[in-house]
Amino acid sequence: MISAVNVSVRLGGALLVDRVSVEMVPGEVLVLVGPNGAGKSTLLSAMAGDVKPASGSVLLDGIPLNGWKDVEAARRRAVLPQHNPLAFPFDVRSVVEMGRVPWYGTPEEEHDDEVIAAALRHTGVAHLADRAYPTLSGGEQARVALARVLAQQTPAMLLDEPTAALDLRHQELVLSLARRRAREGGAVLIVLHDLSLAAAHADRVAVLADGKLVAAGPPEQVCTSELLSDVYRHPVEVFPHPSTGVPVVLPVRTREE
Amino acid sequence: MTRKLTREITDDLALSRKRKRTRVIVLFAGLTAALVVVSVVSAGAGQYGIPARDVLRVLTGGSLEDPYAEGVLWAVRFPRVVMSLLVGATLGVCGALMQGTFGNPLAEPGVVGVSSGAAVGACLSIVFGWTFLGAFTTPGIAFAAGLLTTIAVYTLSRSGGRTGTVSMILTGVAVNAIAGALVALLMFVGDQSAREQIVFWQLGSVAGARWPYVWVVLPLAAVTAVVALAAARRLDMLSLGDRQARHLGVNVERLRLVVTCAVAVGVSAAVSYSGIISFVGLVVPHLVRIVMGPGHRVLVPASLVGGAVLLACADLLARTVVSYADLPIGMVTALVGGPFFFWLLRRTRTSAGGWA
Repeated sequence: MISAVNVSVRLGGALLVDRVSVEMVPGEVLVLVGPNGAGKSTLLSAMAGDVKPASGSVLLDGIPLNGWKDVEAARRRAVLPQHNPLAFPFDVRSVVEMGRVPWYGTPEEEHDDEVIAAALRHTGVAHLADRAYPTLSGGEQARVALARVLAQQTPAMLLDEPTAALDLRHQELVLSLARRRAREGGAVLIVLHDLSLAAAHADRVAVLADGKLVAAGPPEQVCTSELLSDVYRHPVEVFPHPSTGVPVVLPVRTREE
Repeated sequence: MTRKLTREITDDLALSRKRKRTRVIVLFAGLTAALVVVSVVSAGAGQYGIPARDVLRVLTGGSLEDPYAEGVLWAVRFPRVVMSLLVGATLGVCGALMQGTFGNPLAEPGVVGVSSGAAVGACLSIVFGWTFLGAFTTPGIAFAAGLLTTIAVYTLSRSGGRTGTVSMILTGVAVNAIAGALVALLMFVGDQSAREQIVFWQLGSVAGARWPYVWVVLPLAAVTAVVALAAARRLDMLSLGDRQARHLGVNVERLRLVVTCAVAVGVSAAVSYSGIISFVGLVVPHLVRIVMGPGHRVLVPASLVGGAVLLACADLLARTVVSYADLPIGMVTALVGGPFFFWLLRRTRTSAGGWA
């Protein structure tokens, strides 16, 4: 759906992403993990078309990104950036409605209200519909921003740390939403920091370090204590969950010093 | 169960949309009524008072027993009222456009220096007595200078594809300072009568409005209004940020360029005849936002009508507060708008932590 082919990104002389190839596949949640400064968000920005790769190319449905009209691209992929400020105090409903803009003037427009209502409900912000966005808490704002992205109803979704501001319940909620989208045939790319969350919800995990793709594959294969300890430069333990067998990732914690 | 819940939310959405539509209708009905009333009163008011009844009769094609009154209305009052409406509408809508495109509630043609740039052009023409365009020379040069200043502000205040609040305001400070210095220099160079003209031009006035001027400003104002209304829906997306707007299919750079050109044309045209009239473009969109919220589909047309009403009121005030004197309209708007600006800054600081 969206594929990065040998993408390198250079910002201000620094090489932030180094010849990375990843592909978002329909029906699959792909989670991008890696330490701070590994180039996760930069790679996501390149795949969203925000930054131009210094070399390599990003293809959306097989066609290079710059060959797409803005509105056509917006009907195929939605992007949730890490930060979602708002210049004017729109209410929550209006913010989510903005996600429908790419569909104005198409037959899809008829379903606007249902789609918006579903997005509000799935993200648990329906009760906030009349509130002004700036008056919400950080976690609530993050869910509203996600609702806007969901309302865009695109086959491909790029989510940059959608769980960063959320409590435990809403983290799980957001990732199950992403999984549901994938089950329905969507392709989802998520940048995450929580490795257990990644291992539990990803179909495929891609590990970035220093701008390079270190490993990619199913969580059971990629999330190993050797690889993660090496990448994060901190001892990491991985063990299967006693009842589900899903890998649980924990840093080795000592209370000395 | 869950399906029912979704339907309930859908119903809520439909209901709130209906409620909003009612509010919009009430707002525009109110604004239109105010527009008519203030126009008629304004046309009748002045040293030679004409009752509103007579104004309406003339407007509807009738004639008066007093031919002098009819002459005054057609030759002096009507063009003046129409000019104040045009200039007010243009300034109001341009304020909304600039605030929307820059995602910045402080943006306004006056604040960022477009008006003072136009002033330099006007002063040049006044001081050097240029007449190559006849009566249109001064406004013509003011128009060109206004356009140039807008383009300069636009390019100077953007870096890396973004316009920061601080860089925008500072650009405005710099542009205003330079323009102020140039105007001062021109006043120094000019003779007595040029100085007087400059002072009055800078204070702003629609006193000298005649039909030929109205016919020049009208199409330019209309272009700005049409572009503004066409762009309104997409301006909402810009408040999410450039990146987010692009993800939603908005061609951000093209939108910003088109809107900036529309603002340059509109403001330069308005200012070229009326001189500097500050704060209309700032105050009107904020007032509309307080009443109707920030959605540009309502904000832009409401600022258009609201600006017209406000400036017609200001002109009425300017002509009637002191008998036998025509106060400069720019002074009136600044006197009312200045304190409002203070209040706005304080309100934002207490409610939203202020602007960076």
